[in-house]
Amino acid sequence: MNERKRLSNTFSFSFLLLLSVVFLFPLYLVVINSFKSKFNIISEPFDFPNENTFVGLENYINGINSSGIVGAFIRTAIITIGSVLAIVVFTSMTAWYITRVKSKVNKIIYYLFLFSMIVPFQMVMFTMTDVCYRLGLNSVLGIIPVYLGFGSGLSVFMFSGFVKSLPREIEEAAMIDGCSPIKTFFYVVFPILKPTAITVAILNAMWIWNDFLLPYLLLGSADKTLSVAIQLTMQGAYGAIDWGGFMSMLVLAIIPIVIFYLLCQKYIIKGVIDGAVKG
Amino acid sequence: MEKNIKKYFPAFVLPTFISFTVVFLIPFFMGIYLSFTEFTTVESATWIGFENYIRAFTKDENFLNALWFTIKFTVVSVITINIFAFSLALLLTKALKGTTFFRTVFFMPNLIGGIVLGYIWNLLINAILGVFGFDITYDADYGFWGLVFLLNWQLIGYMMVIYIAGLQNVPRDLKEAAKIDGASSFSILRNITIPMVMPSVTICLFLTLTNSFKLFDQNLALTGGAPARETSMLALDIYNTFYGRIGWQGVGQAKAVVFFLIVAIIAFVQLKITGRKEVES
Repeated sequence: MNERKRLSNTFSFSFLLLLSVVFLFPLYLVVINSFKSKFNIISEPFDFPNENTFVGLENYINGINSSGIVGAFIRTAIITIGSVLAIVVFTSMTAWYITRVKSKVNKIIYYLFLFSMIVPFQMVMFTMTDVCYRLGLNSVLGIIPVYLGFGSGLSVFMFSGFVKSLPREIEEAAMIDGCSPIKTFFYVVFPILKPTAITVAILNAMWIWNDFLLPYLLLGSADKTLSVAIQLTMQGAYGAIDWGGFMSMLVLAIIPIVIFYLLCQKYIIKGVIDGAVKG
Repeated sequence: MEKNIKKYFPAFVLPTFISFTVVFLIPFFMGIYLSFTEFTTVESATWIGFENYIRAFTKDENFLNALWFTIKFTVVSVITINIFAFSLALLLTKALKGTTFFRTVFFMPNLIGGIVLGYIWNLLINAILGVFGFDITYDADYGFWGLVFLLNWQLIGYMMVIYIAGLQNVPRDLKEAAKIDGASSFSILRNITIPMVMPSVTICLFLTLTNSFKLFDQNLALTGGAPARETSMLALDIYNTFYGRIGWQGVGQAKAVVFFLIVAIIAFVQLKITGRKEVES
């Protein structure tokens, strides 16, 4: 390697290192402030906690006790896991069926799913809320079919794209051997769909875990999810906000995402690329 | 074989399609109908023709302001995010040390939800502006640039991984051949790399465009529209019209239809462009 190239590489590396610090700084700021007394967060936001301002886990105890964040955490987990399972199972079935059975109706259904992907949520926000209240879907479990409906566009599209590339022979062989279509789907087709299923699961999990407006409209403060709990803490405070408790809530909301990310990074990045390229 | 599967329509399609109909199809058509009516609940709707659309554009200065703010924000965000993301992708495909670490760091903010992101940046920006004795609600310009920084922070890593995937598909021998023929690194970039990654560019432009245009959570958490609704983007303005002004639900729905039409046009243009590219290649 010649001198000029080495110099340019050292420069690039230093630049990227500096940029990483800039990227991590907002998170660092929230974390250090979550350990400071609530009176020092606004007055000295950049200072590292010292013996006068360090309060240990006090903010976390206050934040957990006053905001109902533990309940919110459990609800968010139930909604995310339930909805992702429903989406992966039902949309893969639908995608396989409408790709394999050629008919006018199935073609229309497919294009309706595609169409839903470009409609912004605000378009159906008011009327959807109305319909869901009438049907009693405004509960932690009731919201699962709602997510299935909103998630079906992208998910059916992604599964269909993959099914189109699969040969029919294996499925046909299974059915000639006497498997019903349901059995054929779950024993033969679904295992082959697994890579797409992982991508679909990750994309939907990221969306549902972080979603705010849908659970805010359907579940409100009674069954608040994590994003809703954070927004309500700020919105209901009118200036009298416990900044320490609030910082601890932000940290608690970020930790599971960071852990999930570091554990499944490979799948998440692959999922995001696949989702973007096909979506 | 097809006949065999055919009668299983209820099991395979109905669960998804019923949910989809209930939460999307019915509300969508109801929404179009309601935009031509005056209503406070769905039952109380009375037909008033295009009145809501006229009111949205003439009697509500917030809507045009939000539209203009959203367009400005989208243009600035799309340009900055894509330039930064592409440059970073170029740097990270140069086989430097620590590439995986950098990719991990830059991508991470993308996973954090909009509400949480908004409050993280609210803390940071107010901490900086606090040094000068004011906060983000002092002037709409601070809110504007705050949102630009926030969305850059969130989406640069995301677009970067898409560009990296595109760059890795550029055949190495093509670049080496050009180098042997005496092409400069700039002309290799311009004449080989960029044309080869055009599909990624289209995807990233579209993703940043729709993400910026439809932004809601981050807007709500970072500025909430303050000062005086000046930093409300379209989605937030529609939300406020629906839930913040009694008797304006019809106008809110009309604004939502306009919003949908703009997004649909963007998507249609995008589809045409990519469709044409695929035919060419």
